[in-house]
Amino acid sequence: MSSGETSASEADGNGGMMAQQKNLEGYVGFANLPNQVYRKSVKRGFEFTLMVVGESGLGKSTLINSLFLTDLYSPEYPGPSHRIKKTVQVEQSKVLVKEGGVHLLLTIVDTPGFGDAVDNSNCWQPVIDYIDSKFEDYLNAESRVNRRLMPDSRVQCCLYFIAPSGHGLKPLDIEFMKRLHEKVNIIPLIAKADTMTPEECQQFKKQIMKEIQEHKIKIYEFPETDDEEEMKMVRKIKDRLPLAVVGSNTIIEVNGKRVRGRQYPWGVAEVENGEHCDFTILRNMLIRTHMQDLKDVTNNVHYENYRSRKLAAVTYNGVDNNKNKGQLTKSPLAQMEEERRDHVAKMKKMEQEMEQVFEMKVKEKLQKLRDSEAELQRRHEQMKKNLEAQHKELEDKRRQHEEEKASWEAQQRILEQQKLDASRTLEKNKKKKIF
Amino acid sequence: MAATDVDVFSNEEKRNLSLGGHVGFDSLPDQLVSKSVTQGFCFNILCVGETGIGKSTLMNTLFNTMFENEEASHYQNGVYLRPRTYDLQESNVHLKLTIVDTVGFGDQINKEDSYKPIVDYIDTQFENYLQEELKIKRSLFNYHDTRIHICLYFIAPTGHSLKSLDLVTMKKLDSKVNIIPIIAKADTISKSELHKFKIKIMSELVSNGVQIYQFPTDDEAVSEINASMNAHLPFAVVGSVEEVKVGNKTVRARQYPWGVVQVENESHCDFVKLREMLIRVNMEDLREQTHARHYELYRRCKLEEMGFKDTDPDSQPFSLQETYEAKRKEFLGDLQRKEEEMRQMFVNKVKETEAELKEKERELHDKFEQLKRMHQEEKRKVEEKRRDLEEEMNAFNRKKVAAETLSLSQPLKKDKDKKK
Repeated sequence: MSSGETSASEADGNGGMMAQQKNLEGYVGFANLPNQVYRKSVKRGFEFTLMVVGESGLGKSTLINSLFLTDLYSPEYPGPSHRIKKTVQVEQSKVLVKEGGVHLLLTIVDTPGFGDAVDNSNCWQPVIDYIDSKFEDYLNAESRVNRRLMPDSRVQCCLYFIAPSGHGLKPLDIEFMKRLHEKVNIIPLIAKADTMTPEECQQFKKQIMKEIQEHKIKIYEFPETDDEEEMKMVRKIKDRLPLAVVGSNTIIEVNGKRVRGRQYPWGVAEVENGEHCDFTILRNMLIRTHMQDLKDVTNNVHYENYRSRKLAAVTYNGVDNNKNKGQLTKSPLAQMEEERRDHVAKMKKMEQEMEQVFEMKVKEKLQKLRDSEAELQRRHEQMKKNLEAQHKELEDKRRQHEEEKASWEAQQRILEQQKLDASRTLEKNKKKKIF
Repeated sequence: MAATDVDVFSNEEKRNLSLGGHVGFDSLPDQLVSKSVTQGFCFNILCVGETGIGKSTLMNTLFNTMFENEEASHYQNGVYLRPRTYDLQESNVHLKLTIVDTVGFGDQINKEDSYKPIVDYIDTQFENYLQEELKIKRSLFNYHDTRIHICLYFIAPTGHSLKSLDLVTMKKLDSKVNIIPIIAKADTISKSELHKFKIKIMSELVSNGVQIYQFPTDDEAVSEINASMNAHLPFAVVGSVEEVKVGNKTVRARQYPWGVVQVENESHCDFVKLREMLIRVNMEDLREQTHARHYELYRRCKLEEMGFKDTDPDSQPFSLQETYEAKRKEFLGDLQRKEEEMRQMFVNKVKETEAELKEKERELHDKFEQLKRMHQEEKRKVEEKRRDLEEEMNAFNRKKVAAETLSLSQPLKKDKDKKK
């Protein structure tokens, strides 16, 4: 914070802010925040998507009607077992229900035809496709530039009905759960629990849980809480998994009370009697205590898994992205940015190298040119010198010749003179002799 | 199998059903609330105002805590933002409160760029959230949200009108953050002056098109109180952490010789109204507005800037995958093109230089051809001269020989003569 600092904001990114603990010395009012949240959520309304899967005749529609105390499935809107299909279909029905001022848009997804064929291989595929397509819709809605209120049609819970054979899970049960446990919250239920005695039921449950663990199937897990009361309840539920349920559309009078139940010659199996079946536990857990958590786990875990797998595939175009796990912490755009930067650096280096090579070649060439110029120059000098030497030689020779010539001519003249003198003297002598 | 089966179940018709008893999903809001309470809440306040106008004191008063604050000097070179985060708890509710102070605001001589660091800070928080949202592996549910939920704009109590710096700054901020304007140090204005001042301020804001935060009136539970509070804007507040004994109570107040200004007395100032609106009634709405309106606007602009669209030219909606793939293809093509360009540039450069060098070579060659020719010429001349000389010398020699032979015969004659 020196005076030399220009207008730079000191804001730190996420995680850089150390929070100090402070005590309030009086009323502030933010303890009212939960009420504000409550108010707003009621105004917004709630949504929930529940999927029911199981062979026909296991009492799925009856159970749904019992759970929601309404005629979701009726003669006009028959349940999945009455809509026999040649292949497995995945169909949804939406209902609006209101209670205590709270609006709930309930979507029930059922799978008529599941497990009913002779050859049931891949009968889970339409279910997987449906769940993925809902994730895809949400992902696209979330990724739009113009986002509006995003309707959430993702499957938040899947009730899987196990036939009460009393022995163990069927291969189809195991296959289905293995393939879907990482896409949706699975709650396995033992259907038509009134066909087993409590001991048989206990045995069956143990067997099923053992097999689930053996095959490493991840069914919906109840979250840990700090609250002791709640933890006790959660532990109680965990002990009774998978829940054995009975459903009924008829109301019977038992001991003066009107209850939902199934009338047998030997008595009435009451739906809401905890000693008869686990229906109440299911209802309380699914609707009254853990509905929000089911939504949260779907959003924070299953959806995020789907999303990160989808986006990772797009970013790396099939390249093995396990090489660098750290890259998954970026967005595909940031990834592209980084690649772009890497590429720029690479190009720069390449440019530099090419420059270097180029410079070197040019230097070489110039050097060669200079060398040959020098060579030619030298030769020219040499030849010139030669020529000059020749010139000089010629000059010398000429001079010499001239000198020679001059001296010879001079000599000749003297000789001539001598001769002349001699001939004159002779002439004189001759004259003398005559006398 | 009825023919209507498929129809009934595959259309989006929503049926209204009545319940035959208590199902229990009316506990859904409680489930949601319980989850949020466990997670804890987070709230970020930005205080914009001149140095010494009372921002820190008001924060201390609002939250009934002594937040650490060094007094800021008036000699800052520019505006910078100082965020501080605190963990508060009231009853069972945990609040992670971040207070961002604008240090140096209004102190410079040239205040043209004063708003920029503020806008930059707000944008940076949006950007950080956006980056987290776009990551492949993300964890939004435990992300510490630093986006500013409310900007308290402190107006100096001149009693006249808004300063131009105030108008400029608020105009730049109104599309990015919820603004609540407040008149600071309201104990220096009288009631009648205050009334006129408030009207003046609101009309100036309206005539300049500044959008301030309106308390929401769509929820019946709070619409009445919110509507009436909207009429009291801007709130005239007084802050104080000192306690004064008034009657038999100890209240927070400012002691003057002429009286005691009680912070929580609604006829003295609007502090209680501010606290009610900001914290007790509309805190959640402020967070919602920030996320659903301001952040979405930022996100939309940013994505459009980066070239994302929701529909292609034929108005067919893009799927996210298509968009990313298209971007990636474009990106890779771009890189390839750049590489090609660079290579091409080098090829051209090489060609040019080669041509130059060839030219130079040719020139050199020509030069030496010329010299060679000259040299040949010279050589020829020399040869000519040599030949001439040779001829001369030969002629001379013949002459000499002739003369010698002649002189050789002559002396014989002389001797002959002598002998006689």
